[in-house]
Amino acid sequence: MDASALLGLYTTMARIRCFEEHVGRLFRDGSIHGFVHVSIGQEAVAAGACAALRPEDAITTTHRGHGHCIAKGADATGMLAELFGRRTGLCGGKGGSMHLADPRLGILGANGIVGAGIPIAAGAALSARVLGDERVAVAFFGEGAVHTGAFHEGLTLAVAWRLPVIFICENNGYAEFTRSDRWGGPKPVERAAVYGLGADAVDGNDAVLVHAVVAAAVDAARSGGGPRFIEARTTRVSGHYEGDAQPYRSQGELDDVRQRDPLRVLRRRLPDAAAADEIDAAVDREIERAVATALEAPYPEPDDVLEDVYA
Amino acid sequence: MPDAPRYMDAVNLALADEMRRDERVVLLGVDIGEGGGVYGVTRGLHEQFPGRVLDTPIAEAGVLGAAVGAAMTGLRPVVEIMYMDFLTVCLDPIVNQAAKLRYMTGGRATIPIVFRTQTGAGNGAGAQHSQSLEVLLAHVPGLRVFCPGDARDAYDLLVAAIRDDSPVCFVENRRLYARVTDLEDWRRDPLPPGRSRVVREGTSLTVVCWGRMVSETLRAVSDMHDVDPEIVDLRTLAPLDLEPVFESIRRTRRCLVVHEAVEAFGPGGEIVARVADEMLYELDGPVTRFGALPAPVPYSRTLEQQLLPGHRRIAGRIREVALG
Repeated sequence: MDASALLGLYTTMARIRCFEEHVGRLFRDGSIHGFVHVSIGQEAVAAGACAALRPEDAITTTHRGHGHCIAKGADATGMLAELFGRRTGLCGGKGGSMHLADPRLGILGANGIVGAGIPIAAGAALSARVLGDERVAVAFFGEGAVHTGAFHEGLTLAVAWRLPVIFICENNGYAEFTRSDRWGGPKPVERAAVYGLGADAVDGNDAVLVHAVVAAAVDAARSGGGPRFIEARTTRVSGHYEGDAQPYRSQGELDDVRQRDPLRVLRRRLPDAAAADEIDAAVDREIERAVATALEAPYPEPDDVLEDVYA
Repeated sequence: MPDAPRYMDAVNLALADEMRRDERVVLLGVDIGEGGGVYGVTRGLHEQFPGRVLDTPIAEAGVLGAAVGAAMTGLRPVVEIMYMDFLTVCLDPIVNQAAKLRYMTGGRATIPIVFRTQTGAGNGAGAQHSQSLEVLLAHVPGLRVFCPGDARDAYDLLVAAIRDDSPVCFVENRRLYARVTDLEDWRRDPLPPGRSRVVREGTSLTVVCWGRMVSETLRAVSDMHDVDPEIVDLRTLAPLDLEPVFESIRRTRRCLVVHEAVEAFGPGGEIVARVADEMLYELDGPVTRFGALPAPVPYSRTLEQQLLPGHRRIAGRIREVALG
C-alpha cells in the first residue's frame, strides 16, 4: 500500500475516532438522547474494509455502525444532525444512531436487531447477481451475531446462490456485557468454514491487514468467486453503550486494549508522524464544524410524524 | 387464458404479467420454481422467466431478509411464505426491517416487496397450518395488507401490490384457489387497493368481511328471506376504506363484522371500534363481530367446524343482529 493510500486510511480512522469522541461527549452533556453505541477501538475494520469498496457497493451494519457509515462516505454533518434528531439529519431525524442509513451511498442501514443485516446484505448481493452487474455487498456484524438464526440462514443463502457478499465479523470480544468465549463452541471463523465459505481471520486493529484481506475477498466476489467470511479480531474500548461503566472488565484488560489502539498501529506504518498530526488537526476542525452546523439545524415539524410511513 | 380463471390462475396470471412488464420483478420461495408451488400457483413461471423464479432453502427469515436487501438495491421481490403460520419464524424482516426502513431513513429507502402468503382453515391442516394472522400485519405501520376474496381482486390487488413501492402482505386463501369465477365477476372494472366494494345490496344490516368470508357470507344469505343484508368486502385492511361501510350503515342502521381470524383481539375489534366512533348515533343496535373461537385450529372435522365461522352460524348471527 502506497503512502497516499495509507494516509487515506488514517484519515478515515481519525475521522471516525474524532466523531465518536464528540458523540460520547455530546451524549454525556445531553445533546444526544436515546441509545448510542460508539466504535472507538474498532476503526481499522471499517476503514480497511470500506477502502476496498466502490461507491455503488452495499453495506449493512449494526447498532455500532457510525464508523462503517463514515468509512462508506456518509456525511458527518448529516450523521450528527441525525443524532441530534434534526430535520437535516441523514434520515430526517426519524432513525437516530441505531438506524443511520444512506441508500444512495450503498449504506443500507445500521440495525437495532442483532444479525438482521446479514441476510439483508445477501439480498443486496442477490440484486447484483440477478441484474448482472459488478456490485458486491458487505455485512458488518459482531461476534454476538453468530448465535442468531439470521447468521445461519444468511450464510446458507450466500453459499446456495454463490452470492458476491463478504461477511465481516468484528470480534471485539464482548456481546453487550458478556465475554464472547462464555458460550463455548467454535470460533466465528471456524463456524463459517463449516457452511462452505472460504474464511480468514485477521488482526482487526491493523487497517492494512484488514484492507488486504477484504480487497482480495471483494475482487474474488466481483469476478464470480462467491462469498467469503472474515473474522476481524478487534477491541471495544468503550462500554456496550454510552453510559456503560464496564464493571465487568478489569483495569488491566482495558489498559491492554489501549495498547492495541488501531490508530497507533497505523501510525507506526506511516512514513512520518507529522502527516498524521496534521490529519488529526484537520479532522478535529472538520468534526467541530460539523457539530456546530448540526446543532443549528431545525427540528422536524411535529406534523412530519406521519410522513414517510408509506412510499 | 380461460374466460373465467380460477383464483389461483388469477394469481399466476398477475405474477406472469408483472414479470413480463418489469424485469426487476423476481419470485422467491420454497419449491415455487420447478415444483410450481405446493398448491401449483406458480406453475410454469420458472420456465417462462429463467433465473427470476428462485427456489429457496427452508430459511424464511434469511430469505425475507434477503428480499429486503434486494428490494433496497434494485429488485422488486415477491416472496412466498408458504403458510401464513410461518410468518412467525420470519417476523423480524417484515416487522422490524421492511415495514420501518422507509420511515427510519426519512423516506430515502424504497422497499418494493410483496410477501405472498395463504391461509384457509377447514380442511384438517391442523393448528400450525391454518391461522389467519392478518391482524398481526395490519397492526404494524408501514405494511399494507391485501386480502382478495375472488379471482378479480386476486389479480388486480396482486398487480397493484407488485407495483407498490411499499411492502405489501398479500394474503390468499387456499380454499378459494380452485374456485371458478363467474364471468360477470371476472369482467368487473378493476378497483385499486384501499377501496371497499359492496358485493350485495341490502337493507337490513351491513355485514363487513374479506377473504374467504365474503363467499361464505354470500352463501349464508343465499336463501335468506326474512332478512336482507348488505355485504361489504373490505378487500384490503391496510389501507382500510370504511366509507362504504358507514354509507351502508346510514341506511341499514346495523352492523356485523365477520372474519376467519380468532374473534378475540382480532381485526373485527378495530373495525367495530371505528364504526362505534363514527356511527354510534346512526345505529339501532350494537355493532358486533363474529370470528373463530379462541382455540388453536383443531384437526378433527367436528372440532374444526365448531371453531370456524361457517355459513350456517354466520346466518344465525346475521339474524340476531338484524332482528335483535
